Amino acid sequence: MYDEKNLNHEMVQFMDQYGSLLHDNIDLNDSQLLEIYNWMLKTRLFDEKMVRMQRQGRIGTYAPFSGQEASQVGSTYAMEKDDWIFSSYREIAATMVHGLPMQQSILYAKGHMYGGQSPDKLNIFPIQIIIAGQTLHAAGCALASKLKGENDVSVSYFGDGATSEGDFHEALNIASVFKVPSVFFCQNNHWAISVPLHQQTASQTIAQKAIAYGVKGVRVDGNDVLAVYHVMKEALESARNGEGPTLIEAVTYRQGPHTTADDPTKYRNNDEVNEWAKKDPIDRFRTFLNKRGLMDEDKQEKMKGIVNEEIEKAVAEAESTDRVTVDKAFDYVYDKPHKLLLEQQEESRQFLTIKEGR
Amino acid sequence: MAEMTMIQAINQAMAQEMERDERVVILGQDVGKNGGVFRATEGLQGRFGEERVMDTPLAESAIVGTSIGLAVNSFRPIAEIQFLGFIYETMDQISAQAARVRFRSAGRFTSPIVIRSPYGGGVRTPELHSDSLEALFAHTPGLKVIMPSNAYDAKGLLISAIRDNDPVLFLEPMKLYRAFKLEVPDEVYEVPIGEAKVVKDGEDVTIVTWGATVPLAQKVAEEAEPRNISVEVIDLRTVQPIDLETIVQSVEKTGRLIIVHEAVKSAGVGGEVASLVSEYSLFSLASPILRVTGYDTPYPVPSVEDDWLPTAPRIHAAIEKVMEF
Ligand SMILES: Cc1ncc(C[n+]2csc(CCOP(=O)(O)OP(=O)(O)O)c2C)c(N)n1
Repeated sequence: MYDEKNLNHEMVQFMDQYGSLLHDNIDLNDSQLLEIYNWMLKTRLFDEKMVRMQRQGRIGTYAPFSGQEASQVGSTYAMEKDDWIFSSYREIAATMVHGLPMQQSILYAKGHMYGGQSPDKLNIFPIQIIIAGQTLHAAGCALASKLKGENDVSVSYFGDGATSEGDFHEALNIASVFKVPSVFFCQNNHWAISVPLHQQTASQTIAQKAIAYGVKGVRVDGNDVLAVYHVMKEALESARNGEGPTLIEAVTYRQGPHTTADDPTKYRNNDEVNEWAKKDPIDRFRTFLNKRGLMDEDKQEKMKGIVNEEIEKAVAEAESTDRVTVDKAFDYVYDKPHKLLLEQQEESRQFLTIKEGR
Repeated sequence: MAEMTMIQAINQAMAQEMERDERVVILGQDVGKNGGVFRATEGLQGRFGEERVMDTPLAESAIVGTSIGLAVNSFRPIAEIQFLGFIYETMDQISAQAARVRFRSAGRFTSPIVIRSPYGGGVRTPELHSDSLEALFAHTPGLKVIMPSNAYDAKGLLISAIRDNDPVLFLEPMKLYRAFKLEVPDEVYEVPIGEAKVVKDGEDVTIVTWGATVPLAQKVAEEAEPRNISVEVIDLRTVQPIDLETIVQSVEKTGRLIIVHEAVKSAGVGGEVASLVSEYSLFSLASPILRVTGYDTPYPVPSVEDDWLPTAPRIHAAIEKVMEF
């Protein structure tokens, strides 16, 4: 008999809730620690800015990630430059740490035609809207790296809800059978829109889903950036060593609404939100840095100032980017558009109305 | 009788059918406490309980596939797919499974399910939320495809769909969910599946359209009036099966046909309508049949979607063209 109760559900932690270190072997130096903190602060302030911009009608529907910075920044910070990211709409912090320019994310949120066009040579696939679709692409990309004898790892990011889709299961399975260099990084933020985790899955953990596929499963405190970093580092190494994929479950929390179009008060109670606010990943890491003498009020304020400037600059750049008209949409349907499509493109030009303020 | 938005009418249709027939159950993502992302199922879980209004895990293929099983075993499921672009996830369960149960079992088993989904553009959604994919399903034998354009029809058609013994795809234009109100009778009534409606009489040109573009076509028809062009507008209401008689009757009167739809042009339902008219009524045509549709690109980003969707100027230009031919 297989006993679900005897599975090892240990959760990896490096810092406790009060920023005290539980492990003495962190292999990050002071400047790296500060760099990680800088990313967390920057992406938090960016996220808040985006929500305000949405309220002002300057961008479209937006999916906030506040609360998930440790999971995103910690995991991506562990990656090598040429590793691949296949993400969904909520992994903006992860893609930024990996090198996606901030104004690119703003363009995307503005519904700009080139919002999905990441810089050449940056191994970031466009944002996936279809839940779990990207897990298969990452598996395939990892297979390619293996076949080509290259060292890159393909990482897919997804939520707890995604683990209910067939694609997720098919991806884990095929990645494991082919033993590809891939990491499946689940941000278990406890909610898939209004559906809580316990209604999403009857498994005790998401990490344990790895067992059925012959994949390593790890459960990590997703609000503990040091733990996430180390767990990810290990998974990437193991992938590079030909040991196949790892499924990481980062246990974290979506502090805001699912998107700017969602009202979480309809389904979520405030006690829970407040409980998790106490576990805020940025507060925790700041306390840790304070204790190490790496951070204080002054430094924090200074860092904030610089970061805010950077954000404002990116916003200004994105907002001054030329608008594109619909006839450009035809350029990206086929390698070479066929005759009837070109006719439609011509027609679209005749009817172009340039709108102000978009 | 009360004035209602389309979303309210849809909610009432489901509530009344659940009241009347306890085999009717609802399943989908966020349909419970949240009442659906558009509030179509608002209040229904509170009223009928978690066993009749079920929040499912995030798995479209599972939602439709289990609906088939429920239906085979005596329930009448209404499955909600949150946005039509996510229906690709369940193509197999709809087209290769639900639609073929009757045929495959030579009539022994049937699949009386309704799959509801919001569709259509003009509301600035992210990618894959706005696509009009009716043609994919109109091409599936065994499935009915309904696309209402107002609150009155939506209620009556949804009730018909729930009572229908075949699988029905019920596509709701999200742009029209709250766009305007109509008088909707409190009592339960059916609008028959497969019957189009002439929503404006005219003599010179017929416009056939459905769902989201119906109000647009009506507006264009009114704008054409002062220029002495009399446009007849037909709301198809059901794109599978198509009400051939209503269309042919109209084209025989006007001699000109324009088809307006949001879906991309190639291989769409518009092509089907044009083809039927040329089969059944070629010699009543005084000009070529024209289509004003979405372009043959993926549904584009919000900043350009208004210029991608069929617009009044494009329909007017088509009217000029058929009138001058
Ligand atoms: C295939 C598919 N079904 C439904 C949706 C609508 N939808 C968008 S996000 C979401 C919840 C996703 O939850 P989860 O996977 O936990 O990720 P999170 O949003 O919490 O990061 C749903 C149902 C979608 N985008 N794709």
